[in-house]
Amino acid sequence: MSERVTAKATGPDEREQQVLDRIDRARRRQARVREDRIVLAHGSGGKATQTLVEAVFLDAFRNSLLEPLEDAATLDLGAGRLALTTDSFVVSPLFFPGGNIGDLAVNGTVNDLAVSGARPLYLTAGFILEEGFPVADLVRIVESMSAAAEAAGVQVVTGDTKVVQRGKADGCYINTAGVGRIERDAPLGIARARPGDAVLVSGTIGEHGITIMLARGELDIEADLESDTAAVHGLVAELLATVPGVRALRDATRGGVATILNEVARSADVGIVVDEAKVPVRPEVRGAAELLGIDPLYVACEGRVVMVVDADQAEDALAVLRSHPLGRDSAAIGRVVDEPPGMVLLNTTFGGTRVIDLLVGDPLPRIC
Amino acid sequence: MRFVDEYRDGDKARALSAKITALCEPGRHYKFMEVCGGHTHTIYKHGLEDYLPESIELVHGPGCPVCVIPMGRIDDAIHIARQPGVLMTSFGDMMRVPGSGGSFFDSNAEGTNIRMVYSPLDSLKIARQNPDLRVVFMAIGFETTAPSTAMTMLRAAQEGLPNFSIFCNHVTIVPAIKAILDSPDLRLDGFLGPGHVSTVIGCRPYEFIARDYGKPVVVAGFEPLDILQSIYLLMVQLHEGRAEVENQYTRVVPWNGNPVALKAIMEVMELRPYFEWRGLGFISHSAMRVREKYAALDAERIFDLPGIRVADPKACQCGEVLKGVLKPWECKVFGTACTPETPIGTCMVSPEGACAAYYNFGRFTRTRVKEASQA
Amino acid sequence: MCLAIPGEVIEIQEDRPDLAKVSVSGVRRSVNVGLLADDPPAPGDWILIHVGFALSKVDEAEAKAVLDLLEGIGKSYEDELAALRDSKID
Repeated sequence: MSERVTAKATGPDEREQQVLDRIDRARRRQARVREDRIVLAHGSGGKATQTLVEAVFLDAFRNSLLEPLEDAATLDLGAGRLALTTDSFVVSPLFFPGGNIGDLAVNGTVNDLAVSGARPLYLTAGFILEEGFPVADLVRIVESMSAAAEAAGVQVVTGDTKVVQRGKADGCYINTAGVGRIERDAPLGIARARPGDAVLVSGTIGEHGITIMLARGELDIEADLESDTAAVHGLVAELLATVPGVRALRDATRGGVATILNEVARSADVGIVVDEAKVPVRPEVRGAAELLGIDPLYVACEGRVVMVVDADQAEDALAVLRSHPLGRDSAAIGRVVDEPPGMVLLNTTFGGTRVIDLLVGDPLPRIC
Repeated sequence: MRFVDEYRDGDKARALSAKITALCEPGRHYKFMEVCGGHTHTIYKHGLEDYLPESIELVHGPGCPVCVIPMGRIDDAIHIARQPGVLMTSFGDMMRVPGSGGSFFDSNAEGTNIRMVYSPLDSLKIARQNPDLRVVFMAIGFETTAPSTAMTMLRAAQEGLPNFSIFCNHVTIVPAIKAILDSPDLRLDGFLGPGHVSTVIGCRPYEFIARDYGKPVVVAGFEPLDILQSIYLLMVQLHEGRAEVENQYTRVVPWNGNPVALKAIMEVMELRPYFEWRGLGFISHSAMRVREKYAALDAERIFDLPGIRVADPKACQCGEVLKGVLKPWECKVFGTACTPETPIGTCMVSPEGACAAYYNFGRFTRTRVKEASQA
Repeated sequence: MCLAIPGEVIEIQEDRPDLAKVSVSGVRRSVNVGLLADDPPAPGDWILIHVGFALSKVDEAEAKAVLDLLEGIGKSYEDELAALRDSKID
């Protein structure tokens, strides 16, 4: 029997060992992205990707489910029904008053789960980055997502990164999926709206869409407006826990409140009558909308819920909503009626009536 | 909003409505033309017709500068946009209007760079910021908008900007009204005059309507109370057997118009001998073009335009709707082949075209709507 | 052609007197007031804005006159209704 003796000397073997040790220490060191800008290599799956993932994503989203960095996260969701949603975020500009694409991604996904009566639990985050995109901007976005996720009580457990050539992806596109556990016995669904029900909205409308329009800078209009992006599951959970007569909830995003109301009317084959005077709109949103010739009812929100509630419980619902910071300006804006089925009508402040229909595309500024 | 909300007061509307109804002679039917697309939009947006008795009918006129642009001119605009290094700028109203090969949006999907702007000044700014691009502004509108184009051109000339030009499609309102008056298809009792055009041209240009055709004209503002009050004033005139030009929109319309604005227009533009209006055909001295002196700012001189006259699709009855002869729902293809998603004509695609306004806002009979909202 | 909105002049740019900062319900934009050269507006004035230009000043006296007139019509209408109500002959 013989033992290998490692001599403490400075022969070639030791020098090689020192180099190997140094490389080993370097590899274990906190990952750091050296580049200022994203390059194609960051999306190739090799070292650059790994560094990016560890230094940026893992660093921000740190949680035990994500850390293994396997191809999939393994989750234990228990018994019961789940809600699953997916969303893609392509907003431009990426940074705007009130938030950025990262906030939208987390809040938007959480909200879709919340209005389905689910407790949001886990999110995925897939990034498509443009070659040349500043790493500092990516870090800002991801840190926002981390903060938003923490505030919403959800974890980002898996993700993906691709890099496309300069000129594509507008800097950064984000895709998410979200899963939550359904914690409510009585089903929610817009098809359940029935004549007599009250239609509620959780706050002032149109802020996100107008903010984005102004933030693009082409209109040269300034206003003290911010996106209303927010995670509303806390608000929704309180409402659902207190008010049994909630028939349906919808997150008002693109297309605004008017689009949701049309979806309800068509799905449940009912009519909806809205009182213009009762729709809460901030003066700045109104001013910008009048200036551009746009109707706030069609402008996107990102933190507002439209609710259909049993009329007898509408007052209770409003009380619960208004006691929550995100629901202070909640209002009952209309009611569900028998006729005309599938249509949404507006009683104007002037005293007349008109139809609110779906628009073909986005509302465009007009001069006529 | 000040100077806006006060004119949307329902209580005052009820009182006016009663007075209007009281002036209606039994058995008589009244037809008033509201010339301006903006009036059409307001009427539908606020449900103003709910305040009018059955015997008063509002007829929509040709005052929609987007609606009256022939398809051939849109094709010309897209042709310009396709030229190398061109950035075309346009108001939002025009983006969805179809030419014979599609709209500005469709054209962008195929590679052109046509961007929306809120003001011609924004277009000028883009030209300054992009000296390597040829920036063209699609200038549309009646006399309301022409002064803004003119001031922008004067600024460009002053700065010696080498890469800015306009594609001039400004039209004038009086020849269109005259074409309506001369049309045998239509018997009208009076006109609601275009309030914002009148801030520029004043009220005098409408005097011929009262003097030569015996019809009363009231220059009307754009809030619902303005329109209702204007209808009341028309009814009073008819009741008293008068035919005059009155100004209801006194808070912004000066009787003699805006001389500075008129001077700016006439400095850079001149009347074309004739121009084709969609639905109304060729009308003489009804549109503007850029003067020789400012040729460097004239896209029509800079770019070689195909200038092809494109006839309206056979099924399209926009012309009759624009003249007020047909109501939107009376058009053969309204709501079937021609919808906001699949518009055949400009009346449906322009945001304040009569057909779009009716389809989007008013498309439900008055009585049923009232019943439903009282439910 | 028709969309014009009243806004309040907040300030006139010193180096460019043809540009005014205007507010519509707190929303601000720079507006060219060159078309009002004969009677330039001052801060506090209200102007009619169309595509980034001022077309005309809002005459506050006229605005009030119209509203007063309509108020009067409204009042006499209410009076008539009341008289009608009170004069029911049983």
